[in-house]
Amino acid sequence: MSLVGAAVKRKEDPNLLVGRGRFVDDIKLPGALFMTFVRSTEAHARIVSIDTNEATAMPGVVGIYTIDDFADLPTIPGLPPEVAPLHRPVLAKGTVRFVGDPVAVVVAEDRYQAADAAEAVFIEYEPLPVLASIDSSLAAMADPEGTRIYPDLQTNALPIFPEEPPAPELLNAPMRLSQTFINNRCSAVPIEPLAVVADWAPSGLTVHATFQAPHHLRNQLTSFFGIPQHECRVIAPDVGGGFGSKICFYPEFFLAPAISRKLGRPIKAAQTRSEAMLHMHHGRAQRNDVEVGFDASGKVLALRVHTYQDVGGYPDPTGMGLGVLTSWMSCGVYAIPVAQTALTNVITNTTPVAAYRGAGRPEASFLIERTIDMIADELGLDPAAVRYTNFIQADQFPYPAATNPEAVFYDSGNYPAALDELKRMMGYDALLAEQTARNADPSQPLMGIGLSCWLEIAGFGPNGSLEGFGHLGSWESAQIRIQPDGTAIVSAGTSPHGQGNATAFAQIAGDAMGIDFDSIHVRFGDTETQQQGIGTMGSRAIAVCGDAIKKASVQIRERAVQIAAHLLEAAPEDIEVSAEGFAVRGTPAVTKSWADVATAAFQPLQLPEGLGAGTLDATVFNEVPNFSFPSGAYGCIVGIDRVTGDVDIERYVVVDDCGTVINPLLAEGQVHGGVAQGISQALYEHFTYDENGQPQTSTLVDYLVPAASDLPAYESGRIVTPTPVNSLGAKGIGESGAVGAPPAVVNAVVDALSGFGVRHMDMPCTPEKVWQAMGQPTGSN
Amino acid sequence: MTEVNISVNGAHTTAEVAPRTLLVHYLREELGLTGTHVGCDTSNCGACTVHLDGEAVKSCTVLAVQADGFAVTTIEGLQPAEGMDYHPVQQGFHECHGLQCGYCTPGMVMACVALLDENPHPTEIEIRTSLEGNLCRCTGYQMIVDSVLWAAEHAPAK
Repeated sequence: MSLVGAAVKRKEDPNLLVGRGRFVDDIKLPGALFMTFVRSTEAHARIVSIDTNEATAMPGVVGIYTIDDFADLPTIPGLPPEVAPLHRPVLAKGTVRFVGDPVAVVVAEDRYQAADAAEAVFIEYEPLPVLASIDSSLAAMADPEGTRIYPDLQTNALPIFPEEPPAPELLNAPMRLSQTFINNRCSAVPIEPLAVVADWAPSGLTVHATFQAPHHLRNQLTSFFGIPQHECRVIAPDVGGGFGSKICFYPEFFLAPAISRKLGRPIKAAQTRSEAMLHMHHGRAQRNDVEVGFDASGKVLALRVHTYQDVGGYPDPTGMGLGVLTSWMSCGVYAIPVAQTALTNVITNTTPVAAYRGAGRPEASFLIERTIDMIADELGLDPAAVRYTNFIQADQFPYPAATNPEAVFYDSGNYPAALDELKRMMGYDALLAEQTARNADPSQPLMGIGLSCWLEIAGFGPNGSLEGFGHLGSWESAQIRIQPDGTAIVSAGTSPHGQGNATAFAQIAGDAMGIDFDSIHVRFGDTETQQQGIGTMGSRAIAVCGDAIKKASVQIRERAVQIAAHLLEAAPEDIEVSAEGFAVRGTPAVTKSWADVATAAFQPLQLPEGLGAGTLDATVFNEVPNFSFPSGAYGCIVGIDRVTGDVDIERYVVVDDCGTVINPLLAEGQVHGGVAQGISQALYEHFTYDENGQPQTSTLVDYLVPAASDLPAYESGRIVTPTPVNSLGAKGIGESGAVGAPPAVVNAVVDALSGFGVRHMDMPCTPEKVWQAMGQPTGSN
Repeated sequence: MTEVNISVNGAHTTAEVAPRTLLVHYLREELGLTGTHVGCDTSNCGACTVHLDGEAVKSCTVLAVQADGFAVTTIEGLQPAEGMDYHPVQQGFHECHGLQCGYCTPGMVMACVALLDENPHPTEIEIRTSLEGNLCRCTGYQMIVDSVLWAAEHAPAK
């Protein structure tokens, strides 16, 4: 039986289930000290003075440091030299640029003492004008004397793709509409906040960090400190969720080692949740100005989008690239002949914005899927019909996207088939009839039906795609070593944190080598024991690393067959491989086990000519020719309380196409988690600031991360269009749900409210917003 | 400093602690029982859920001195059911893919054990409602609900 495609239970579970996982804050090194930050309470201010006298004298305090103590350290790496004024110092230098900006570090014997002392550090600020939003930051630019968050840069706005005049196809379209979409700022909220333990010993630096890309961190740490890479080991042990927030470089990753070197003791930093809410980079935070031209049939003729990305107070290299992905993916699954995209990154006095599950693609799917619904509404057409009118057809792949036909080629897909399957699962036509009846009955909740035919770009990526985000490369690596007893160790260059890759990779390797699943051990997350790696992000683990594992497995199997043939005195082409071992075709009784062959691989006297000791060891650096483009169709049915405006998701139906599925259990888990985050963005989550840049949602009391009672059961369906980009046919699945879900939910809410003349609602669709949209109804249920 | 005597997973423990020491830090830092995690500082996430004399509590919201004289059960203290590798709830999480990164899992499992102790055959809605105090960011909850239903179905009769 093939392992690929089977719902194998996870190899990861046993430790995690019994409390024997090992997360960074579980690591207790002898002599370790605890560091915490003194954080800015101002969104934009000049630092006048820092008084540490009282704090220094407090119990357990070992040291208190400001930027002056780290004058020898460079800035946090990642941004190119052309934007030198934007390079972030490891602590605020003269100016604070968002609430939560670290100003000083307190080091104490334990976390209680460190927190006490941090409270006793007094900082005097001279407030500066605060630009806490895209709009206020751009407005300041209109005034030559207006505030510049980086005076040396002279601007708050960084144009990436300039705006062009509207194309004739747009101007001449029979019908046009325009809409500004606000994609609400979210916090990733991995349940494990940021944590790091750094131990700088005479022999070198060891860093345990909750991170998605340990080699990436190792590479940057060694350049930062100017030390050789072999003297720096970075370990990402069990990592408690990431969702993109753990591929960014935060000050503690550099300060914990610097202070460990200074004090000669290990240093731990572990954020509280309330610190994490201010400090871990946020996601989304876009404004998309959309114009679309179409005809009376609903056919889209031209699309023009200007995306404004709020990059926060310290632009992050990933954050600077989010809008590029939004721009590329703005046409979604539709054959739109003319697309014009402009992009401006905008600096504001807020927490930096970077990758959060989907990273630029949820914004694209939201703007195009809302636009399609608005066209349907304008023309009085069924939103499904407008989608069918515009779909790229299954025989049109590879399909160059009009947004960037040189770089963006959709690999494969069948968008009409996904919508067909969704409509079948939903019972779409019956739902339309039910909706008419229900919405005419005031005793029933208002019913809305929303569709989302989403597309994302995944499997990062072809050469050059990740280098722009500061990574060493875009390849991924795998190594397989067969042990003398016939078991296998698979070392992966990616660094998973919940995806179940140990299981999926063992399935791929097991099938490709013919080794039993239980005889395969998968390792990752340690620069000392893994050959090079790039990391886990951009829905790339299976598509790029899984493919590397398959290729390495094929090499191992070919050599193992040669050895078995030699031992069995047969020709390699006559050898059959199974989990039991190797046999000669036609004489199945005479076999050699994997252990026989593996032992022989270490005993040159047993090896055929041309193979040497240790030959069952293969390393592959896998380069892929293109991105992959997962797609799908989601349907959402909402019921809206006609008095309170509360939105209840009555059904959520999913048709996913990630190409080949390695493990349906894991695939479904990824979809569920992504959809949950997408629903939550649509209904609950919004990180907000007041006009002074004071965060309004900086604890989990104020920022609504949904519980089980806030989310529906998901009805799961699937179509499969394998990608030609890799040998597995797998497209990646980690981010799909978060990309596809928000427009399905909002389309349903707007549909339910269409009787009130509602054309659009920005996320999150809170009860208050819905209640306002319904004309502030009174009464009771 | 105050002396506390707390039974943890059936073993007597004692230590001098600062009165403000949270139970979760007593368990993690003093006893080295790092299975219980901390995910927030506002009692919202439930990653630190343990049992205090059989009832689920958030150990970030209990002082070690308040637990003096009580019996605490943590994730490390759950016992396998007969014929299973784990406690039925843990087994259910394994069977139904009820965990991904595993960080919320110990608290989530302890909350589910307490739920089934009180209500051995809950409905899906009862499960969702009773887990309101435990946040998971990975699974979207469906498979956690399935895990609890699995445990309810397969737990040996008491």
